[in-house]
This record gives sequence, C-alpha cells and structure tokens, in this order.
Amino acid sequence: MQNNPPEHTITTKDLSIFYGNFLAVTDVNLNIESRKITAIIGPSGCGKSTLLRAFNRMNDFVPSSHVTGEILLHGQNLYGADIDPVEVRRKIGMVFQKPNPFPKSIYENIAWGARINGFKGDMDDLVEQSLRSAALWDEVKDKLKKSAYELSGGQQQRLCIARTIAIQPEIILMDEPASALDPISTLRIEELMQELKQKYTIIIVTHNMQQAARVSDYTAMMMLTGDSRSGTMIEFSETKLIFTNPRDKRTEDYVTGRFG
Amino acid sequence: MNPPFDLTKKPRIGESLIQSLLFLAGVLSIFTTLAIVYVLGKEAWLFFGSPEVTFAKFFGGTKWQPGIGQFGIWPLVTSTLVTSSIAMLVSLPLGLSAALFLSEYASPKTRSALKPILEILAGIPTVVYGYFALLFMTPLLQNIFGEQVQVYNMASAGIVMGIMILPLISSMSEDALSAVPRSLREAAYAMGATKFETSLQIVLPAALSGVGAAFIIGISRAVGETMIVAVAAGAGPNFTFNPFQAAETMTGHIARISGGDLSYNSIDYNSLFAIALMLFLVTLVLNLISQRVVERFREKYE
Repeated sequence: MQNNPPEHTITTKDLSIFYGNFLAVTDVNLNIESRKITAIIGPSGCGKSTLLRAFNRMNDFVPSSHVTGEILLHGQNLYGADIDPVEVRRKIGMVFQKPNPFPKSIYENIAWGARINGFKGDMDDLVEQSLRSAALWDEVKDKLKKSAYELSGGQQQRLCIARTIAIQPEIILMDEPASALDPISTLRIEELMQELKQKYTIIIVTHNMQQAARVSDYTAMMMLTGDSRSGTMIEFSETKLIFTNPRDKRTEDYVTGRFG
Repeated sequence: MNPPFDLTKKPRIGESLIQSLLFLAGVLSIFTTLAIVYVLGKEAWLFFGSPEVTFAKFFGGTKWQPGIGQFGIWPLVTSTLVTSSIAMLVSLPLGLSAALFLSEYASPKTRSALKPILEILAGIPTVVYGYFALLFMTPLLQNIFGEQVQVYNMASAGIVMGIMILPLISSMSEDALSAVPRSLREAAYAMGATKFETSLQIVLPAALSGVGAAFIIGISRAVGETMIVAVAAGAGPNFTFNPFQAAETMTGHIARISGGDLSYNSIDYNSLFAIALMLFLVTLVLNLISQRVVERFREKYE
C-alpha cells in the first residue's frame, strides 16, 4: 500500500476570533484532513463552538464578531474580501446541537435546501438518496408528507444530516450533534458518521470524550489559557495519541477526568 | 407517633381571593359580549318583525332608504367591504414589509429608533386621520386620477385607514417574526440560504399564525372604523364598487343617523340595530375565514 501524504481541506493560520474586544479563540493552527473525522474537545466555554462556527462563517451573525488570521479551504481564504459567506455555507454544511428541522414536511426539509441551491435534477430521487445516506429512509418513506416535527429527536437529527447531505457539501460541521439524544440515537448518529466519512470531511465538537475517542481520527484539545482566559488549542494529533499518550499534561488531566 | 413536621392543608386566603377576582374579570367580559349580542338581537328582531321589512328585502335590495321603505343592506355592506379591502391592501404589504425589515434586517440600533416612530402613528386620533383623508389624500387622488374622484370617496378613506392600521400590523407581525426560534434561521443560513430566502420561506411561514392574528385584528379594526369613513367616505348609501365614488359604510351610517333626532322605536331606530348586527356578522365571518386560511398555510414548529 502506498502512503500518500494526507490531503488537507481546511487549514487555519493564526486564527483568532473576537467578540467585540473580547478574544474568544486565539491563534489556532490546524490542518483538517480530508475524509476523516476531526473532533474538537475541551471544557465548556473554551471556544469549541466558536471555532467550529468560524468555518462556515456562522459567527457573521454576531454583529461584533471578527477574525484575524486565515481559514484556507483548498487555499482560498474564507475570510477574504471577495468571499461570499452564502457560497461558503453551501460547501461547508452544519448540523446543530439541538435538532432543528424546518417546520415543513419531511420531504420539503430536504427539497428546500436543494432548491435554493439551484438543484435541477429529480427531486424525489435526491430526497430518497439523502434519506438513505442518513439511514432514515426506511423509517420515513411512508410519511414523507408528514411534518418533520412528528419524528423523534434522533430521527430529526438524522433528517438534519440528510438535508445537509442533499446540498452536497464537502465538509460537514457537527456541533455536539448527539448531546440532546438518548444513548441509542447517539449510537446511530455515530455509526452514521463512520459511513459519511467515506465521502465527507467531518469536524465535530463534543463534550463527550468517549464519543471523541470512539468516532474521531484526529482530536483537537482546547482550553482556556493565559490572563485573558481565551480559548486556545493546546494539542492536536491523532485521536489514539491524545487518549493514550498525550503530550500536554492538561490534556492528560482532562481526558482522564482529573481536570479541574 | 407524631410526624416531625406538619403537612396538613391550611387555608390560603390570598390565593383563593385572587383566583375569584380573576375569574370574575373573565366572566365580566364574557357577560358584556353576550349582553351586547342580546340587545342587538332583540332590537333587530323588532326591526325584522315590522310589516314593512322582510328578509328578502333586507338581503336582496340594493337601496337603503328607510324613509321610503327601502331596506336593502347591500350598499352599506359593499362600501364597508370596499374601504376595508383598500385598507388591508395598503396595510398588509406595507406592515409586513416593515415587520420583516425590523425583525430580520435592521440592526438593534435602527430597530430601537424606528419602532417608536411607527408606534406614534397608532397614537394619532382617528378624527385627525379622517380630515387627513379628506383634505390631503382626496386632493392627491384627484391630482392623479382626475375628475372621476369625488370629494367624498371610499379610496381616500380606505388608504388612510390602511395607514392607521399599519403600525398594528407591523408591530404584531414583528413580534411574531421575532418569536421564531433563532435555530430555524441558523438552519436555513447553514444550508446556504440568503437572508431574503430565509426570512420569506422559513421565518415568515413559521410566524404565520401571529401574522394572521395581526391581519384579523387589522381587518376587524378596518370594518369597525367609524370616524375616518364618516368624515371622508361619503354621507349617503350608494351601491357601487367604484372606489372613487362616495358611499356610506355601515359604521358611517350608524354614526350619522344615531347623531340625529331619532324617535325611540321608530323603524329608523330599529334599523340601526339590524345594521349593527350585520356588522357584527361581517366581522365574525371575516375572522373565521382568515383563521381557516392561516391554519391551512401556517408551519408549526413544536
């Protein structure tokens, strides 16, 4: 087997994120490998979600937020002056902490995003394929016209994954996608992630260290540091190294539960 | 064995007092409504009971002249519908656009500056609106559409009524739009939706029940509004759908007739109650229709 150098989709360079004058995340340098799952872990309030939301420019909706440094997607700076955030979000999809399907039918939940993204093909086919990819088709195929709110929380979350897949992004961001779900639904989402990484690059924020250890290939450990108490990435490496042989004492304390 | 603490029931006077006061307040408002309906019904019954009046005449006639035995309600109903429709055609698109701007586009600073200004509109007395219609809007319409616009006309009254209702529509709609959870907007944006697609296709349908309520209250106000139409729409029943002509609405007619020297229990006097009952019915039917429409198209979240 030939050992190709890893292909990086997203690279951050000295990325710092501000809310007004408050430095929320400081100097992150990160290489996200293509078609792998990268987990971002760390204690509450250390800027994991802020970092994740920088990747698809969701922080733009916080009026006072801005970034310094660069996030490069295949060499293009996502915060360049001529970049359209709407286009960025079409390539970098997102699944949120709490399932947030649209108050439309199951079918429309998937069709809507495809339609606004200019999809011209066979919509029925796209809906079916997306639902199959999200391992939801068999459960919903007889009630596509029903409201998405009739589904269980776990099903809703898989629907949210399905609608993200339907717009064919390259990267899927997941912000604690299973934290509002029961263990069985959580397991299904985790299994689904393993299938999705055949085609997509996944970045997941999680509170749950077992989850990070189970699902991810790489792990970024974040922590509040310095006098300004801003979030910093203190360690980034292969997941098995983070959990078995961390370089940083703080990482070791955190992953072994001795933190704080 | 004595329990270590006392868990038995004790009277809570304040609690039961408040409860009965609240109950009383609720009963009072229901009673008032019922009493009004009763009085309207009773007097209207006398009206329909008089030998000159028949249901066929009332609902079939297009002339309202009680003095010569003409009791067709239609001219009053059509002018009410024409002025109210014009008012809604003005206030709904403008109010909804303003609400969308305030809730989805405006920065918090702009919003806090604009909202009070819009609400000033709601504080203007309707008689001022009435003269505004007569002395400003009518000449304006005459300039644009020429001679065909009469001095008293339904168009100017309707437009100005729309301006009066606008703050109500916009502020209620804005509340409904703002109440849509942020997570839905985020979901839409994360799918690569633009601001316009998000507000129009995700936020607005989710807020439709609130927007519908605004519409219902707006149309009820338009149908019931008296002063503007009494001043500017015309003083005489006229069966027409031409908005540039003068025509008296149900409310305008009641105001004009009841202001004169009416003898108690005359046919004119009783007819007022029949018109009032009709007004009540029109409002009720419009409410029911709008509720149906809203229920059909709204998108429920949770």
